[in-house]
Amino acid sequence: MTLLAELSGSIGSVGYGLAAIGPGVGIGIIFGQGVQAIARQPEAYGVIRQNMLLGFALAEALALIGFVVPFVYGV
Amino acid sequence: MGLSLSAALPSSAWGCNFPECTFPAPGTEIFFFDNVFSIGPFGFNKAMIQLFIGAIVVIGFFWFAFRKPKIVPRGAQNVGEVGYGFIRDGIARDVIGKGGERFVPLLFTFFFFIWVLNFMGIFPTLVFPVTSVFAIPVAFALIVYLTWVPLGIAKQGGWGFFKNIMFPPGLPKPLYIILAPIELISNILVRPFTHCVRLFANMFAGHLLIVTFTVAAWYLFSPTIIGLLGSAVSFVVVLALTAFELLIQALQAYIFTLLTAVYISGALHAEH
Repeated sequence: MTLLAELSGSIGSVGYGLAAIGPGVGIGIIFGQGVQAIARQPEAYGVIRQNMLLGFALAEALALIGFVVPFVYGV
Repeated sequence: MGLSLSAALPSSAWGCNFPECTFPAPGTEIFFFDNVFSIGPFGFNKAMIQLFIGAIVVIGFFWFAFRKPKIVPRGAQNVGEVGYGFIRDGIARDVIGKGGERFVPLLFTFFFFIWVLNFMGIFPTLVFPVTSVFAIPVAFALIVYLTWVPLGIAKQGGWGFFKNIMFPPGLPKPLYIILAPIELISNILVRPFTHCVRLFANMFAGHLLIVTFTVAAWYLFSPTIIGLLGSAVSFVVVLALTAFELLIQALQAYIFTLLTAVYISGALHAEH
């Protein structure tokens, strides 16, 4: 197998950076839309906040798995 | 300017507070403790002792709050009732709906126990969140998993439970070929995993950040202007992170409880 490129050093950190892109965009969208929904309908604040946090938790899990994996498999 | 200044200074300008003048970046070793004492085969380390302290604090507080309940609550009973009302109205009734009252004790215990365990991460003298030891969120998530799976099977029947998970209604038929296995894996296997990793990784990351900046504050400390400045900035970051952690700890306890309620709700009432 021929090596095209090689990377050394703290690759786990690079992996975490890559893993954080998607959730970063997702969390931004969730809170952006959530705030918009609250502004449009302030009386539904309770329900919107709850669903906002739920969506946030689900999106954030991906970033957190990316954070933990380098520790598990060694940097 | 900062770059050229630090390049002009000898490395000893950062002080030499650690062996060999290097920065000892904290790793996973800060999450492992030696046993303080052991009873038979059970070793008790710092995390274990804190776990017991957390249990005693939660039981003790609510027992104290409701030891002599009065119709017009005062003092601790007020706090206890606000906490109870928050879980019952905000989570059990809103998320589970009908039949949610039965699960209030479970949700209530989870929320306050996890919150207290998380809070130890910034509590002076303890400064270690127990939930950043992976076994503890795993145990919590396992309790939740062993609650909603048997509940769903009991309510919807063995085949009905899996059918409701794998075949959400109202989609074109060929889509189920892809959807059914994905739904099965994501609900049965990935769900408990993400449920515990979410809590664990948040506390783990938060604690690691606080420790890193605390070590950095001491590493940068030296009786020079740049040393004092670097150390002060690092210490301010520690304070800011502590305030941030206070928010995250409550939020993670809430999210764990909220997801527990969502899973139980899914087991009780199948999607229509």
